[in-house]
Amino acid sequence: MHHKYDVLVVGAGGAGLMAALYAAKGDVSVAVISKLYPTRSHTGAAQGGVGAALGNIGEDHWEWHMFDTIKGGDYLTDQDAAEVFSKDVIDAVYELEHMGLPFSRTPEGKIAQRKFGGHTREFGKAAVERSCYAKDRTGHMILQTLYQQNVKEGTTFFNEFHVLDLIIENGRCCGVVAFELATGEIHTFQAKSVILASGGYGRIFKITSNALTLSGDLMSIYYRKGLPLEDMEFYQFHPTGLTKLGILITEGVRGEGGILRNKDGERFMERYAPTIKDLAPRDMVARAIYTEIRAGRGCGPAGDHIFLDLTHLPPEQLDAKLPDITEFARTYLGIEPYTDPIPIQPTAHYAMGGVPTNIDAQVLRNNTDIVPGLFAAGEVACVSVHGANRLGTNSLLDINVFGRRGGLSAAAYANSLAAHVDLPDNPVDDVVALLQRLRDGGGTENVATIRSELQETMDAHASVYRTEETLKQAEVDIAGLKARYVHVGVADRGLRYNTELLEAVELGFLLDLAEVMVVSAKARNESRGGHFREDFPHRDDVNFMRHTMAYKDGGDIRLDYKPVVQTRYQPMERKY
Amino acid sequence: MTVTQERPAVEVADHQQLVTLKIRRYDPEVDPEANWQEFQVPVEKGDRLLDALHHVKWYLDGSLTFRRSCAHGVCGSDAMRVNGVNRLACKVLVKDLGGRDGDTITVEPIKGLAVLKDLVVDMDPFFEAFKSIKPFLITSGNEPTRERLQSAEDRARFEDTTKCIMCAACTTACPVFWNDEAYFGPQAIVMAHRFIFDSRDEGADERLEILNEKEGVWRCRTTFNCTDACPRGIQVTKAIQEVKRALIFRKV
Ligand SMILES: Cc1cc2nc3c(=O)[nH]c(=O)nc-3n(C[C@H](O)[C@H](O)[C@H](O)COP(=O)(O)OP(=O)(O)OC[C@H]3O[C@@H](n4cnc5c(N)ncnc54)[C@H](O)[C@@H]3O)c2cc1C
Ligand code: SF4
Ligand code: FES
Repeated sequence: MHHKYDVLVVGAGGAGLMAALYAAKGDVSVAVISKLYPTRSHTGAAQGGVGAALGNIGEDHWEWHMFDTIKGGDYLTDQDAAEVFSKDVIDAVYELEHMGLPFSRTPEGKIAQRKFGGHTREFGKAAVERSCYAKDRTGHMILQTLYQQNVKEGTTFFNEFHVLDLIIENGRCCGVVAFELATGEIHTFQAKSVILASGGYGRIFKITSNALTLSGDLMSIYYRKGLPLEDMEFYQFHPTGLTKLGILITEGVRGEGGILRNKDGERFMERYAPTIKDLAPRDMVARAIYTEIRAGRGCGPAGDHIFLDLTHLPPEQLDAKLPDITEFARTYLGIEPYTDPIPIQPTAHYAMGGVPTNIDAQVLRNNTDIVPGLFAAGEVACVSVHGANRLGTNSLLDINVFGRRGGLSAAAYANSLAAHVDLPDNPVDDVVALLQRLRDGGGTENVATIRSELQETMDAHASVYRTEETLKQAEVDIAGLKARYVHVGVADRGLRYNTELLEAVELGFLLDLAEVMVVSAKARNESRGGHFREDFPHRDDVNFMRHTMAYKDGGDIRLDYKPVVQTRYQPMERKY
Repeated sequence: MTVTQERPAVEVADHQQLVTLKIRRYDPEVDPEANWQEFQVPVEKGDRLLDALHHVKWYLDGSLTFRRSCAHGVCGSDAMRVNGVNRLACKVLVKDLGGRDGDTITVEPIKGLAVLKDLVVDMDPFFEAFKSIKPFLITSGNEPTRERLQSAEDRARFEDTTKCIMCAACTTACPVFWNDEAYFGPQAIVMAHRFIFDSRDEGADERLEILNEKEGVWRCRTTFNCTDACPRGIQVTKAIQEVKRALIFRKV
């Protein structure tokens, strides 16, 4: 079936829902396509809060937020983007409140704020209350509120439609191809502007806070067209996931006074970040945890985790501020956080890299030129506000600020075109061939087996600590898995809700992205933010103060580099 | 009819136990009738029911179909009837379902919505009911430049109903809804409550009017099934009672 809209949004998480609202303000026809019902999107899993310098508790300024974002990003952040971001987030939070978001409140009735990792006053002097929150369900409230606003505005949704291709003709984006889950029918959507808002790809790792559906589909689709992915070696490991499960325990827990302890009960973060201790940025805390574990100071019989201790906090405070995460500990580990520490380990959490864009959310096809008609916002995009390491609370606002910019840019572009660009003759051919091969190719390899081997090698060789050797091993493993992937088979031959078939397609995306990550990481012979090379443990601004741009080149990956935009703040050593 | 899988003996490691999942299967492309199928699944101590279902899908029968995403009880995808009661598959551990060696766990789709395939039901009527109560903040006049103020007490008034993840466990546990699909069901009333009791909202009258209609809140017979079913621990029946009272006294 064929559809035609002015603006199409792919993804219905926070970024997509915001983009749809703002595109519609431009008097254009808008549709949102999502493989999940909007309220199932992983934005709803976010807990801790959204950071903005409202100053409701202590004095705060957007310049301080901008500086923290850049320093947190280990100076790989593009400073023009960080400036736009730190200014815009303030209005974005008020806008969410006006839309009805039920923030927690201060005694005066203002939006409540709390401390979060890496957010400081006066350029690093002390932690500041910048995270605006709704208990530990901030993402849930954002997703619900934005969905409610879309219901109000009557947005058109194509739910449970899985986008499997982007149509780019003569360098311009003119639509997408999608698979309808309920029927197996393939649809073409023609559009003047397409906004990618499809989220992250944490499922390349085994221990992850990401949903099972976060497989980086649109990043991979974009990359397969020979277009670049930026900074893919930078992936954030959140220090505190429930052990073995990876389910997130928000940093807000430490903002409320939670303490990390090793098996001797020592508050070890005092040694690694004497000023802000447990509230150091995530990359530093994740490394500190693994350093403790490697030194034999891990907890539990296998010494493979660390304790997050809340037992000194009053139960009323936990109930009032952190009801969900205490429930996670009870449900999944049988731990009572009032009386027992929670066993945690770092968990794969957030993609700093992705589809390169400028600050108007226009997608870049190289270091300077855009792909007309294509926009991206949210975790799928790399602007880059987050540089080498994202600060907590900066993503939930990234999705709002750049979702809004994406919506406005996409509508403006659509309005500038007199007519839709013609689609190529057979836009669905590639998708049909891909599905046919998977469904009818008679392959015998098992999707789940390959996926779990991929996740194991990525956890072992490409996570918090990396060396040239481990990355080479991962590269070899991935090559082997890709060779096997060609022979995967699918048992379900049906058209209706064939989720087995789509899992097979998603595995192909994961394999691509894992490979790009490993190759980009192997070439970056330095340590910066979330990318830590034990064989090159220091930041090297002379050779690597630059973004990686990875292109698919036949069967190979070609790496290029892009300069970092520096405006106000010069790189310094990162100490907390 | 029950079909039991003919398969070689399942390998069970020391730290695992074997449970039987008895699953209601339906795929009209294959068979116009629904039937039961049993699978033997090895499980570990902390495994969720969702992990056991994945074991079936990934290693025994790829055609088994269910929705899921977050895997930790926050996205609302995987409500199903487990041993006769509505649960999220990702928020219930196998061991808490009496999942000891040899036990059987029955898994069926939630009731009252058309089954499309296996555990997947048609959610559209559920979302339509949600939309019908104007589920968005209604205000008049200009927005302040900063946030609207709301006291912590006023915020607490509707806290419980903001937690809803739209999983439909409540609505599909409701005997009134099973018998009368025109009834909004508890979830829509929960959503209405979330706005009616928000001090910032000015749409209470409009919503109460809608809820007062024939298929509205008065259909509720206070059976408490919904409250028992809610994986977010929302006091659904209490919320419905508060809405009824607001209707009677026309003030919130
Ligand atoms: C557990 C957890 C806690 C977090 N806590 C915080 C926090 O406290 N503060 C903070 O700032 N950040 C937090 N983050 C990060 C933040 O939540 C995410 O980065 C952000 O929500 C991503 O939003 P998004 O709109 O880009 O993507 P998502 O919300 O992931 O949405 C992706 C959308 O794309 C759709 N989609 C994907 N692929 C396709 C396809 N092929 N076809 C059609 N549709 C597709 C999906 O259906 C979905 O609607 C957290 C993340 C996690 C995992
Ligand atoms: S009220 Fe509870 S059971 Fe009902 S839809 Fe919401 S979360 Fe699910
Ligand atoms: S998979 Fe999200 S609630 Fe169960």
